[in-house]
Amino acid sequence: MKLLKKFISIFSVVPLAGWLLGVFTAVLAEFYLGDLVSYYLYLPKIPVLFGTLFMLKEPVLIPSALAYDLLIYIIPVCLVALLTAPAMNRVAALLEKTPLWLATLIHLIAFYAILHMWAGINDYRVIVIKFTLISIILTISLNIINGYQGEFSCSHPGFMALGAYASSTLTLLLFTNDKMFGEALLPPALGPWCFPLVLIIGGMVAALGSLVVAIPSFRTRGDYLAIISLAFLFIVKSAVENLEILGGPRGMSSQPGYATLPVVFLWTALCIWIIHNFTTSIMGKALNTVRDNEQAATSMTINTRKTKITAFMFGAFWAGVAGGLFAHVLRFVNPSSFGLQKLAEILAMVYFGGLNSIYGSIVGAVSISVLGEALRPLELFKWIIIPLILILVMIFRPHGLISFTEINVKEIMRSRDKHRAEGAE
Amino acid sequence: MASLLKVQGMTHFFGGLRAVNDFNLDIEKGQICGLIGPNGAGKTTVFNLITGVYTPTEGVIELEGTNIKGVETHRIAAMGLGRTFQNLALWRHMTVLDHIRMAHYSQLTYGLFDAFFGTPTARRQEDEIRENSMKLLTIFDVSQFADHIIGNLPYGAQRRVEMARAMATNPKILFLDEPTAGMTPDELVRMIQIIRQVHRDFGVAIFMIEHRMKFVMDLCESIQTLVFGEVIAQGPPEEIQNNPQVIEAYLGKEDLH
Repeated sequence: MKLLKKFISIFSVVPLAGWLLGVFTAVLAEFYLGDLVSYYLYLPKIPVLFGTLFMLKEPVLIPSALAYDLLIYIIPVCLVALLTAPAMNRVAALLEKTPLWLATLIHLIAFYAILHMWAGINDYRVIVIKFTLISIILTISLNIINGYQGEFSCSHPGFMALGAYASSTLTLLLFTNDKMFGEALLPPALGPWCFPLVLIIGGMVAALGSLVVAIPSFRTRGDYLAIISLAFLFIVKSAVENLEILGGPRGMSSQPGYATLPVVFLWTALCIWIIHNFTTSIMGKALNTVRDNEQAATSMTINTRKTKITAFMFGAFWAGVAGGLFAHVLRFVNPSSFGLQKLAEILAMVYFGGLNSIYGSIVGAVSISVLGEALRPLELFKWIIIPLILILVMIFRPHGLISFTEINVKEIMRSRDKHRAEGAE
Repeated sequence: MASLLKVQGMTHFFGGLRAVNDFNLDIEKGQICGLIGPNGAGKTTVFNLITGVYTPTEGVIELEGTNIKGVETHRIAAMGLGRTFQNLALWRHMTVLDHIRMAHYSQLTYGLFDAFFGTPTARRQEDEIRENSMKLLTIFDVSQFADHIIGNLPYGAQRRVEMARAMATNPKILFLDEPTAGMTPDELVRMIQIIRQVHRDFGVAIFMIEHRMKFVMDLCESIQTLVFGEVIAQGPPEEIQNNPQVIEAYLGKEDLH
């Protein structure tokens, strides 16, 4: 424990920019030396997800995979981060002087560049990242309803389905020649440019659908609302199953591949930004007051009905957007993708990561999605291990890993120079 | 002087039970009035009826000449009727500063769009409200707790935060539901000072429910006694204190045998 503390204190001088540079070198190392290193370590090819797939399939390869992780990731990241810390601290200090949005933008671009390079090695990584980003949107949007607003809504996959089907219908109808809707109505070249609009319409459809759950929420709370929302999920699912025009149980396929990695990344960043703005404003904090004490809220001039409707519609909107992205990443949707399994997944991410926290939602979504992919070779055991982790988290941290914490962008990006920190204290 | 809050013939039934019968009230600007009565007399119900939590079966309620009967609670609050609660109704996961900020809700003029994108309009208003909230916290002597979660504060400080929160809604009349319940004698003295200060500095009228006679006698100009939903006595404190009916309601009938 003491050793760990010492270890952490050594790295406490590294600013975010330093870590980004470290990861960048690691990714560069993999790009140029990955094949070579994996060849000498007797690995069949570059490990896709830190070698977990090899490790679980063939335990003999465990030392090689670990050695690969150490050589390509851990050593370069730590070394570069530490060595460049003084220089990067100066950079961070410079960035602190620029407007916050500019500094954030620069960090985001750097982060995206790294992500893009890392994903460029293998198509599987691209898919994993896209689904992880979509889960982040889903998790944060459910956190609005279940965390910030304190209801227990089970209809999120339903909202997602509404968005997925609405946007798929639009892109198939307008921009593609396909079996279901025939010729494209608009020139397909316009498609990628209209895609944001399509996603927004998908989100709006989901938001309208959410009124079915939002209006009963005026009078019911807790378990009863959970049942209503669950009913909504089943209504949506059986509706799309039985609507032949939407493909029935077979679903819709061959959506155009508009949801490229940059598109998904941009939408995720936008979602985080907007939801962060909302939840830190007075209008958004009204959600918390309704959760904590509704009578006090209404006596303090807060319009609780408007607040509840806003929470549901806003959460559902983003679920719809996520659904639209999901449909265009997978390029196929059918009703069974929006069932109880999906609900369990999203709920797990929200409660694992932490209620009432965007930060927690990101952590929850990333860890559960990456864990889900990494443990894929275990098949059935995967669904024993992940719930087990969840149970442990619930025992030791009943509100999730990181709950009731807001992202403080300034704090994350600040320079971590020792002298300055001491001076400030 | 025109009355600030006027209640005439307010009657309310819970099913077949008559909880409040023919309640009348007339509070002028800057007046402090009290409502006393034994447990279960319907005092809090009177509060809830006037503040719009329940709509009375019969009667007229007017705030500055406008009818507020049947108007939604949050609208009545925004019209200038602030209140505190008997068992501290605070938002347990929120910080002290957030409590005060939230009470400015009705004063927001920006829309949802501004909240989503953090536009300059929204930011300017939020900054103003934050500043104003800090001022209120200083007045109620809780500014040192601004960033603390409310549950971590001592009881007396929680009471003061609740009061500051009620004042943040810009009330013309303040309803205090047992402001000294569960307080130590020290905290009680402090509370009297604070209520006096609020009354003087903000010029609000105050209508309070209170059990401690000393407190009521000290502060109120006029007192009503409620027993089983009916007002049995009304007048200045000294008169009420010596009213045989009030004594009977509190202590029971004297045994003559």
